[in-house]
Amino acid sequence: MNIFVCISHVPDSTTKVRVGPSGKEIDEEGVTFILNPYDEYAVEAALQMKEKQGGEVTAVCVGNDAVKETIRKALAMGVDKGLLIKAERSRDSFGIAHAIADTLRDRSPDVIFCGKQSIDYDSSQVAGMLGELLGFPSVSAIVGLEVDGDGNITLERDIEGGQEISKTKLPAVLSTDKGLNEPRYPKLQGIMAAKRKPIEETEAAPYENRVQVMEMRLPPAKDAGKIVGEGVDAVPELVKLLHEEAKVI
Amino acid sequence: MKAIVFVEQRDGNIKKSSCEAIHAAASRFGSCTAVVIGPDLGDAYAGLGAYGASKVIAVTGDGLENYSVTAYAKAFSGVVQELGADVVLFSATAMAKDLAPRVAIRLDAALASDCTELTVQGDEVIATRPVYAGKAFITVTLATPVKIFSLRPNVFTIGETSDAQAEVEKRAPDLSDDDFVVRVVETKMASGRKDVVEADVIVSGGRGMGAPENWRLIEELADVLDAATGASRAVVDAGWRPHAEQVGQTGKTVAPSLYIACGISGAIQHLAGMSSSKCIVAINKDPEAPIFKVADYGIIGDVMEVLPALTNEIKSVVGK
Repeated sequence: MNIFVCISHVPDSTTKVRVGPSGKEIDEEGVTFILNPYDEYAVEAALQMKEKQGGEVTAVCVGNDAVKETIRKALAMGVDKGLLIKAERSRDSFGIAHAIADTLRDRSPDVIFCGKQSIDYDSSQVAGMLGELLGFPSVSAIVGLEVDGDGNITLERDIEGGQEISKTKLPAVLSTDKGLNEPRYPKLQGIMAAKRKPIEETEAAPYENRVQVMEMRLPPAKDAGKIVGEGVDAVPELVKLLHEEAKVI
Repeated sequence: MKAIVFVEQRDGNIKKSSCEAIHAAASRFGSCTAVVIGPDLGDAYAGLGAYGASKVIAVTGDGLENYSVTAYAKAFSGVVQELGADVVLFSATAMAKDLAPRVAIRLDAALASDCTELTVQGDEVIATRPVYAGKAFITVTLATPVKIFSLRPNVFTIGETSDAQAEVEKRAPDLSDDDFVVRVVETKMASGRKDVVEADVIVSGGRGMGAPENWRLIEELADVLDAATGASRAVVDAGWRPHAEQVGQTGKTVAPSLYIACGISGAIQHLAGMSSSKCIVAINKDPEAPIFKVADYGIIGDVMEVLPALTNEIKSVVGK
């Protein structure tokens, strides 16, 4: 099996967002970058597939040299090799999907895993776009995955108020949601081995963003509300306020 | 500008958030055409006129009763091309998150996901969307002739409905087995309770609930308010609650009219996911908990005592 896992390099979820000097993106000064949390499920799914079916896992990331650090994290979890598609940092989803599709088209992927969204731009677009560009089926935000020996796959995904089960076949693009598996922690041995694993570099074709950011701003600051009181004694007053002032019940 | 709205139906029911998208389109672009794929719903189609659809294209055919991302992408894109739309709207549901990216490639169109505002200025459509789970917002324009926007459910209002009836046209697209390479074979719906992204009221619990069995207190309050139940990441990671209930940066971002946070301290990731709720109530025994900084109303106290009292008091007020 030729397994690819697409990963992103994103600010840690504890980051306090500040708008940078361009007024269009965040100030990255002092920000810690991590492997996108949803991609950890993708890496784990890729590794489990290799363990069951054999083959090789390649972690793919579109970005500048800084993202190598994040590729190494995937390598430390057990991914065999890295593939850095060099491009400017602020590509939109279409630009990222195009760069990956152009690079993987001639490498005969059997399966491509992605996280369901990156926790920076939250667009949930790359997996579906990649599927359409490569002519592969795609299923997004999976929480269950079964593959048989003939490449038939059964997937489960959360929908509003329930789950849906779908069937498709390899090769496919699958994006992963929390709940699919428990991502493994890199062991010391894995971290050491990751330093020696290869990271191939290619260049993405030039691209101009189709989604053009005019401005980034912070949400309006909220005034601290009213402490109605302490304990059960405050309940009647709270309900009165919700009913008469806020008019939400 | 000519607008088309993808209308989602599951098991013969049209999604409320699709009606929000129809109203958003009709109120900004003058009129819109709604496209529904799935089993023939008869009278329900013309009824979409109430939200502002002037025309409904009902796409039916063998295999289209159940969702298939590949077949739906082909069928829907075909209708958009035939009608020649400039703007395509989806409601940003689980289905749209799966489907819209493939439609964007087929139409060679840019896509802005999960928008919370949409304004038209001359020839430009300007969208606002949250990033970093709501810690920031960006305003964007799309540089392609066809522009696709998905709208966050529960943010755009339905507005006043009318008794207008939409003109209905049918289409039966030419699809082969290969177009159904992905297909849904089963849908399992959980009993009754709403999903957090669709609910108008959410009662949410965190570590301060003490133990998973104490969730009956959350559920009792949720029953009285016809609310969804939510959870913090800590209790989802501890296995107390399913991930589908998680609110915050690695869960869902929500904006209900009323969000009641019970025993949730308010980590930055959680606040990002719920702070645009219209009214926030926090119940926590720690007066320093960050949740009080975003709450409109707070009670300092033990959730185990306050919650049952709150449920009873609301019952007597709303008369249930």
